[in-house]
Amino acid sequence: MDIRAVILNEMNTVAAENNRRLAPLDNATTLVESGLDSLCFAILIARLEDATGIDPLSSGAVGRYPTTLGELIALYESALV
Amino acid sequence: MSESPSLRGLIARAGAGGRVIATQKHVLALDALAQESSLGPGAERLKDSSVLLAVGDMALAAAALIELDGRVRRLVLAPPGWDSDKLASAARTAQADSIVHDGDAPPLALPLAVRCQLPMRSAPERAPPHRLTEWVLPTSGTSGPPKLVAHDLATLTGAIGEAPLQQWATFYDIRRYGGLQIFLRALSGRGSLFLNGEGESVDAFLDRLAHVGLTHMSGTPSHWRKALMSGHADRIHPGYVRLSGEIADDAILDALAATYPRAHIEHAYASTEAGVAFAVDDRRAGFPAAYLTRESPVELRVVDGALQVRSARRAHRFLGPDAPALVDAEGFVDTGDMVVLRGDRYHFAGRRGGIVNVGGAKVHPEEVEATLNAHPAVRASRVYAKANPVTGALVMADVVLRDPVDPAPGLDRDILAVCRQRLAPHMVPVRLRFVTELAMTDGGKLARNG
Repeated sequence: MDIRAVILNEMNTVAAENNRRLAPLDNATTLVESGLDSLCFAILIARLEDATGIDPLSSGAVGRYPTTLGELIALYESALV
Repeated sequence: MSESPSLRGLIARAGAGGRVIATQKHVLALDALAQESSLGPGAERLKDSSVLLAVGDMALAAAALIELDGRVRRLVLAPPGWDSDKLASAARTAQADSIVHDGDAPPLALPLAVRCQLPMRSAPERAPPHRLTEWVLPTSGTSGPPKLVAHDLATLTGAIGEAPLQQWATFYDIRRYGGLQIFLRALSGRGSLFLNGEGESVDAFLDRLAHVGLTHMSGTPSHWRKALMSGHADRIHPGYVRLSGEIADDAILDALAATYPRAHIEHAYASTEAGVAFAVDDRRAGFPAAYLTRESPVELRVVDGALQVRSARRAHRFLGPDAPALVDAEGFVDTGDMVVLRGDRYHFAGRRGGIVNVGGAKVHPEEVEATLNAHPAVRASRVYAKANPVTGALVMADVVLRDPVDPAPGLDRDILAVCRQRLAPHMVPVRLRFVTELAMTDGGKLARNG
């Protein structure tokens, strides 16, 4: 699974559903500046759990809460290994 | 009225001839109760005692209630399916010294046990009612030891007037407040009562009702949704359709109006504690705000969003040594049902404790369910919390479709799009799960802890 593609796809879907405009995204984009508010981010995590079967933010294994898109993707990549 | 009310008095006033209380298993003829007994000689030994009524079939329960009311100190109504822990807890709280049961052995050991049986046996001598019996009912809470409230026949029949011929049926169990109201209505009227017995499917019940000249029918919105989904709802042609026990939303009222176009459709608001407060028959959800100020034996007020009721139909008190007060200093019962004023109408928003907290914003599951149920493809829904690491919780929904076979592709997106138009963003379910049915509690309400 290309987790980066899955995450970007879900971010676009959630943003569209909630009438939000995403910022241009790259690994350095901080999540607070991504264009998603905390409710959208909560929905994103739930949708990613549906898509991947995991919720690394709830697993307790999170060393540091991700603040950038790159960190978020890395968190899922490491959890899926 | 000078003498205390009794069930036998109610029946005698309306006349017993030709009337029955029937489940699929038993038919209790009301006029036979003059010479016959379901309890045999044991009935006399129960005089003035505190009786736990723990039988299965509702026709048996009806016979025992009619025979014992006015003769015993207390009648404790145990709904079917109570395990021995709940029976023991209720017996302790209500100080029951005897049990009426229908098996070879009583389910709980009390000093006196009397077996209830149908068909009845002859019982030539029958003492008349001589006292006002206290009726003890469990409240509709589902978890933990049962909470019991004390009524009597005067509080229980406070909302029931004179009635012409009515042939009643109900999906309710008559040992719960909503069903007990129908039992008492049927006895006060001139007709019969048909009951959905243990183990009888809704389809079979509706088929059985097709030929009894049914005029009046009651149940919770969940009962009615199930009936509409059964495909057998058109077997009956009630002139009066009553909903109670849960929030009646516009979708179920519209669906019932479409199925029974000539019926008088009414949704009643009642609770075991507060009694019957009011009924609304304009086929719209909620109730007019004018109900708070109109002249009525039942007074309503809204405090911090919760509906409070002051009424002579309320229970007298909770039973038990540490029981909380049933009313406040001014005599109002706090129902715990939250209401929201929109225009000139109050709408029910759910239970005070049932709120889902999404990142600090409150969601009443019932409000989301009403929106889902309003979608033409949706028959019923259940909204609940799903834990989330960002907002604490999100809203999820299980949905039963009107046509569960081959849902149109993208139907879930379509339903959610409607939710996004009508609800605040935090109230929109993060995902819909299509299911074939929703669990109901024994009381006929949507099960919320599943």
